[in-house]
Amino acid sequence: MNETFDVAIVGAGPAGISAAITLANAGIKTVVVERGEYPGAKNMSGGVLYGHDLGQILPDFTKIPGFPIERNIIESRIWYLSKEAGISVGYRDSIFAGERKQNVFTVGRAKFDRWYADQARKKGALIVPATVVLDLIRENGRVTGVQTGRADGDIHAKVVLIADGVNSRLAVTAGFRPDVKPEHVALAVKEVIELAPEIIDQRFGVSDGNGVTTEILGAVAGGMDGVGVLYTNKASISLALGANLADFSKTKLKPYDLIETFKKHPMVAPLIAGGKSLEYTAHWLPEGGYDTMPKLYGDGYLIAGDSAMLFNAPHREGSNLAMLSGKMAADTIIEAMKTGDFSAKSLSAYNTKLSESKILQDMKKYRGFGGFLYDHKEIFETMPEIVQFGGRELLTVNAESKKTKQDKIIKKLRKDMGIPRFVRLMWSGFRAVK
Amino acid sequence: MITIVLRGIFCKLHIVCCIKQVPDTTQVKIDPQTNTLIRTGVESICNPYDIVAVEAAVKLAEKNGGKVTVITMGPPQADSALRDCLAVGANEAILLSDRAFAGADTLATSYTLSQAVKKISATEQVDIVICGKQAIDGDTAQVGPGLATRLGFEQITYISEVISASKDKIRVKREVDGGSEIIETKYPVLMTVELELGLPRYASLPELVRSVRQEVKVWGAVDIGANIEQLGLKGSPTSVKEIFAPKTRTGGAVIDAQGNGVNQFLDTFFQKEPEVVKEIWGGGA
Ligand SMILES: Cc1cc2nc3c(=O)[nH]c(=O)nc-3n(C[C@H](O)[C@H](O)[C@H](O)COP(=O)(O)OP(=O)(O)OC[C@H]3O[C@@H](n4cnc5c(N)ncnc54)[C@H](O)[C@@H]3O)c2cc1C
Repeated sequence: MNETFDVAIVGAGPAGISAAITLANAGIKTVVVERGEYPGAKNMSGGVLYGHDLGQILPDFTKIPGFPIERNIIESRIWYLSKEAGISVGYRDSIFAGERKQNVFTVGRAKFDRWYADQARKKGALIVPATVVLDLIRENGRVTGVQTGRADGDIHAKVVLIADGVNSRLAVTAGFRPDVKPEHVALAVKEVIELAPEIIDQRFGVSDGNGVTTEILGAVAGGMDGVGVLYTNKASISLALGANLADFSKTKLKPYDLIETFKKHPMVAPLIAGGKSLEYTAHWLPEGGYDTMPKLYGDGYLIAGDSAMLFNAPHREGSNLAMLSGKMAADTIIEAMKTGDFSAKSLSAYNTKLSESKILQDMKKYRGFGGFLYDHKEIFETMPEIVQFGGRELLTVNAESKKTKQDKIIKKLRKDMGIPRFVRLMWSGFRAVK
Repeated sequence: MITIVLRGIFCKLHIVCCIKQVPDTTQVKIDPQTNTLIRTGVESICNPYDIVAVEAAVKLAEKNGGKVTVITMGPPQADSALRDCLAVGANEAILLSDRAFAGADTLATSYTLSQAVKKISATEQVDIVICGKQAIDGDTAQVGPGLATRLGFEQITYISEVISASKDKIRVKREVDGGSEIIETKYPVLMTVELELGLPRYASLPELVRSVRQEVKVWGAVDIGANIEQLGLKGSPTSVKEIFAPKTRTGGAVIDAQGNGVNQFLDTFFQKEPEVVKEIWGGGA
């Protein structure tokens, strides 16, 4: 089309919209192209967001009408599960219901993304839904726009922000990013289970719109490198299960079977009992970490969010890194607008911003984490069995002395894993996250 | 008078399409307590018959010169259904939204729409009103005919083809039981359309962008000069007695016509249904 823009953004996810809001605030002419019928239509996540990071883009977000919060999170639980048992650790703090409210909260992404995109639209960004970007337009080696799937569908812009999510065909086709390797992504399935708000309040011991998140490790994915989550929404529970894609193709396990088994686990079943399944979706997660990140800028383009492989797996932070990177990309563009220079050199300021922020610092800190889990399948199979054995021994009261029980547990650990291997596992685990 | 004279010279058609936003499924859930449809959680779309109506209107306007205005009565979210129509090529969109409109049955709906069409017609005379033949969430097919009656327009329902149109008359094909008829009529006319009329076009990027940007007017009860008593729940004499899902039918028996199947079937049938035997053979058999 004839009209040109300062910035064209591909993807109306958290990354793209955060950039659009920041750019529109600065009066920069921005278009966001989204393939979904509306922003959020194609998006899925366990649905946890972080107030501080959203506040960097929309300072007064809680006061904006229609802010689609599900529950304010006051307790974080971590479970380590075997097939029939589990350990639960939780941290609840009244500060998260008071002074630090909305530190962490749940949202439904379909609703949130739509609302978030509305804020960008109100500030003047043009959001074009139901339109696929097929390719980048390049002239003399620099990106000058995007080609969409509609008639008269080329959009020319001074700079393009690629924020099209984890399976970024655009960046791959353009050669800006290698194709995704199965071991660098997780396949996650999510089920939303409807329950009355009062029942959720009761089952999780919360009230007044507060809620609980649970991260689940161990034998949740049939021995694959996988994790589960269970989050409380207003009137539903999100249950998600993800495992390494390479493991899926090796084991031929079906995600749907896994989540069905997961729902029957004695720790999970009572929390979702009587609930009705509302939706079932599947999506990838970029789990490869720091070492799988592509170069995030070049002549006329920047990459943000999942498309840049920005994901902090142990802290399940993805959407916030997407938001912050989107904002930093926008800030970089705002500066470049002053000189009119959109070359790689000028846009490299983006990398500096990312490096100075928690984004790259956290990505570096956990760079070994994905590989550590992938290479240590005992965490998902042998160890949960040992834990279950130990729990049963210690907590079954019978004629045996506690010392006998302790010896039995140690013997089991020796036999199934070996002490040196156990120590090595702990050590590499520590090194992966230190 | 003046408008009629002008129209004679420029031969421009003004077409109004009445559209409705509906849940994107024919399997909406029903609240067992209130017997009303539960719409939350179900995506909303423009009623498929209505978008066909808009496409037909746009084609007419393109061929003969003219303008297409789309209207809908609905909550503020219905804005997105109107934008879908703008993307297909409608020129203007008006959302009739007011708390007073809520809970309307087909009688109150046709009243509200007729008030809006009258208001539109006061500034730009309306020649044709096009509606989908029915909404997929109600299937009553009453609003179009009700609207025609209120406006005093000719009405032609179930149109499957527009054969020709000129500055003062239109010739169309309509589907009837066992065949079709060809009808010609003068304006003003209200037509309801079948899906056969043709799928909506896939908007070009500039058209889509226009649909996103364009202003959608919002009119309330006061704007259309409506009598409050005839609006919404108040103006709706229809009450839903019961909503139920039709029983699923079990499949019929398959009779093996090659062997002895037919005889066997008749034997068991007459055993099970003595009344039928009586009826066929008379009481004395
Ligand atoms: C099961 C699951 C649970 C998760 N839980 C959490 C969590 O609790 N907390 C958290 O912070 N993160 C979580 N994440 C991660 C989080 O969802 C992502 O990190 C985040 O969505 C990334 O945002 P983004 O904007 O980069 O990409 P996306 O949200 O994927 O958005 C990309 C957008 O681009 C569009 N698009 C793609 N290609 C094209 C194209 N060619 N043309 C036009 N549009 C296109 C897509 O339709 C999409 O709307 C989870 C992810 C999964 C799968």
